[in-house]
Amino acid sequence: MTDLATYNFAYLDEQTKRMIRRAILKAIAIPGYQVPFASREMPMPYGWGTGGVQVTAAIIGPEDVLKVIDQGADDTTNAVSIRAFFQKVANVAVTTHTKDATIIQTRHRIPEHKLAEGQILVYQVPIPEPLRFLEPRETETRKMHALEEYGLMHVKLYEDIAHNGRISKTYAYPVKVAGRYVMDPSPTPKFDNPKMHRSEALQLFGAGREKRIYAVPPYTDVVSLDFEDHPFEIQTFDKPCALCGAENVYLDEVVLDDKGGRMFVCSDTDNCEDRREHGHVGAMLAPAKEAAE
Amino acid sequence: MTDTPLLKVSGLSKFYGSRIGCKDVCFDLWPGEVLAIVGESGSGKTTLLNCLSTRLMPTTGSVEYRMRDGNFRDLYHMSEAERRFLMRTDWGFVHQNPADGLRMTVSAGANVGERLMAVGDRHYGKIRETASDWLTRVEIGTDRIDDQPRAFSGGMRQRLQIARNLVTGPRLVFMDEPTGGLDVSVQARLLDLVRGLVNDLGLSAIVVTHDLAVARLLSHRMMVMKDGHVIEHGLTDRVLDDPREPYTQLLVSSILQV
Repeated sequence: MTDLATYNFAYLDEQTKRMIRRAILKAIAIPGYQVPFASREMPMPYGWGTGGVQVTAAIIGPEDVLKVIDQGADDTTNAVSIRAFFQKVANVAVTTHTKDATIIQTRHRIPEHKLAEGQILVYQVPIPEPLRFLEPRETETRKMHALEEYGLMHVKLYEDIAHNGRISKTYAYPVKVAGRYVMDPSPTPKFDNPKMHRSEALQLFGAGREKRIYAVPPYTDVVSLDFEDHPFEIQTFDKPCALCGAENVYLDEVVLDDKGGRMFVCSDTDNCEDRREHGHVGAMLAPAKEAAE
Repeated sequence: MTDTPLLKVSGLSKFYGSRIGCKDVCFDLWPGEVLAIVGESGSGKTTLLNCLSTRLMPTTGSVEYRMRDGNFRDLYHMSEAERRFLMRTDWGFVHQNPADGLRMTVSAGANVGERLMAVGDRHYGKIRETASDWLTRVEIGTDRIDDQPRAFSGGMRQRLQIARNLVTGPRLVFMDEPTGGLDVSVQARLLDLVRGLVNDLGLSAIVVTHDLAVARLLSHRMMVMKDGHVIEHGLTDRVLDDPREPYTQLLVSSILQV
């Protein structure tokens, strides 16, 4: 009798998982295509990653090791609560180390550590439709995807250059997947776009409110849209990470006081900690370390 | 003009339930020719135009178009992808209300460049150069290239819409009341511009209008419609100067003389 009150493994019932898995399989078969699915109510609000949670719940098994990040960090509210959720409903092992995880659910970042074959990256997607703010009609955007009419996407980039002298879009930068579908890589910074290209890991995208699932299979071409005379570029940073001294990583700006003090630190906390453990020291950590010695 | 028509229309009808939209319309359109469709409101002009331009599925009849390779294709036997491609490369459609034909929230340059980008142009500098060239041709200052059409006057919007349609060098342009809602002096300038462009580019055009003066200025031939039927068809000057049907006589005599 006590069994009645408990949850099924990984919260969702088996029929729902089956439905989501079918959507995922279809999404993998047609890279970049948005597959509609019957998104369920989850015990968290829309915008907190209900799409990603459903995808993760559908693919997770007792042997999996889960890592959850929010803006690259393992210790922010969204990451902590989703990690706790899966510990409770699936009793799986969790980790903060990118290389130990088999499933990584993410919001807004791709880990700095290169993903390997066998790993799965699950994105939480707020708005899956890259054409949404250019063409408000869903019937029309679907037709545009079907007939591969993507001229409008370049109109947006044209506008950027006309007004700002360069393509100023910094996140949710549209990509073309496997030479066919234009896809919104969820609000990841464009810094991460090159990591999607021919990635060894499987990438799954879940949009709970919009009820769409899409995917990029391993070793698939993911090309950022651009103009011949205004090629795609990623963000660059003047200084390395203030804590671990890492260069060529994505940095967050942290305001320190109300006198203009600020620091730039790794957005990927696991990468930063790992580097510090291996003895790398950034500008702001160095004096503290010397003082301790 | 060549011996083969650009567009062949036969037995075209559109019914809305038991009501007639247009019935048994037959005509040929030759390259470089401008055809006006006139008639009062509700006579089926716009229904006919929409049926011709694939915006509305006709009930019966066929519309054949001579493609650039010289072969005739029935528009309604093409795939949707082909039809849409035709519409944004070889055709133009000028709406009565420019807001329907323009993207009001992107700049004039992007409005003109959209068709170029849609057919695969990926060089920003060249797109911009073409756009500013076309703005000049429709008498819009190139300093307005980064302004949104919502900052433009009605006449400028209409000229921008024309530039946007002509940038891919179409062979056939549909116009639905192109001068509707403009004041008389702006109308005159726009008509002058359209007439010049049609002559320079050797365009064919089908113009729907209730304004006989527009038909007189722009068109070579005209069709008069009433209750969904084409009641008179002939050279513009002949129809206006020597109307045969009682209804056409009424229409011509009801023009206000100032």
